[in-house]
Amino acid sequence: MTFSFLPVLLVPLLAPCVAPLLARRVLDRCPPVAALWTLTVSALLLAAGTVATLGTLTLTGMLHVPAFAAVGELVHPLRTPSAWLVLPLAVLAAGLLTLATLALGRSVVRQTAGLRTARSQAGRCPAAGDLCVVESARPDAYALPGRPHRIVVTTAMLRSLDAREREALFAHERAHNAGGHHYFLAAAELAAHCHPALRPVRDAIRLAAERAADEAAARRVGDRRLTARAIARAALATHTADTRRSAVTPAATTGPVPRRVAALLSPTHRPLRTGSWIAALLAVCAVLSVTTAATSAVEVHQDIEVAQGEARG
Amino acid sequence: MTDAKDQRRPAGELEAAVMAALWAAGAPLTPAQVQAELASGLARTTVTTILSRLHEKGTVERERQGRGYAYRPLQDPHGLTALRMHSELDRGDDRESVLARFVAQLSPDDEEVLRRLLQEGQ
Repeated sequence: MTFSFLPVLLVPLLAPCVAPLLARRVLDRCPPVAALWTLTVSALLLAAGTVATLGTLTLTGMLHVPAFAAVGELVHPLRTPSAWLVLPLAVLAAGLLTLATLALGRSVVRQTAGLRTARSQAGRCPAAGDLCVVESARPDAYALPGRPHRIVVTTAMLRSLDAREREALFAHERAHNAGGHHYFLAAAELAAHCHPALRPVRDAIRLAAERAADEAAARRVGDRRLTARAIARAALATHTADTRRSAVTPAATTGPVPRRVAALLSPTHRPLRTGSWIAALLAVCAVLSVTTAATSAVEVHQDIEVAQGEARG
Repeated sequence: MTDAKDQRRPAGELEAAVMAALWAAGAPLTPAQVQAELASGLARTTVTTILSRLHEKGTVERERQGRGYAYRPLQDPHGLTALRMHSELDRGDDRESVLARFVAQLSPDDEEVLRRLLQEGQ
């Protein structure tokens, strides 16, 4: 290993930082389903690059410690840049990896518990077709993945919409289930825990999934305006019913709901060609990041073999 | 929505639409009232069939009204449990990430933008 090793390792760690900028543009300029795929695959690759790099750094540092070197059956010292540089970096990398793992574990536990609660709740409600109605004064609706797929809607939500708007709502939730959107959302969650810069990308993936379901619903009911109205009325009903939340929500930016409504109300425009270029750029960043990380890992692996006396340097 | 389109819809979707109409009404509905409320060109006989199927499954209850029946959703005997679980689900914003919700929270600005968009969209 040479001194070029460390700067190269910065590539997978810094690449995710440009992702939020590109992600927003991909979302604005690409068709929702294409955006959903590009963003999710890119986020996963960038996350993999980050984890692999942190792992490589940690491993390199550990093998500097005599005890670990003995476990690794190293007969020669590992050829790395000075231990003064590698050891603190390795400690930092190990710390970050631990934090990410803890956060991810906590999220998995919470999400699994949430899903289990939602499923057992849905199992108890009387079902009509795939619809499960929950009696509640709070307007709410969500798609519940599993076998069979369900859509869960509260009585308050059903009462805030008219019959055609309800059809748009059902079509939206069915599109989530049919499109397997929960896999994308879970992937986004995973990526967001691997690198803080991927958190805005998670939000972009969520919005892309909503947009994809909105467009599917608009096609299904054959009326974009009706779909937009259903979303807007549902959001306003939820908002009015829950003033406690609005007090803590920051007011600085336009949130996802108005963007979805505006997108449905604006005339359908052909996807911009710049969209595909930006999507390609994001994909290239992600592939570059994961390739660099993999190359470094392979390089370290070879160095370890040399140090174990199994290969010649 | 045309009648032809509704004929092609899976039975489950029609059941869901009818059930939603019953819940939204909050009072017992006759098949004719359900048909009018759905405004989807469904045949009265189709609505009646769906309602009796839901009744057989035990998801709706019915009472005599005139020469036919009026239907209403069977109230959840565990309504309180459902409410408590609902609030449990509400805890923390993590829930959003696996359960794709129809609408996210609004900021006060969002509310204004939405009201304007709704007006423009009329």
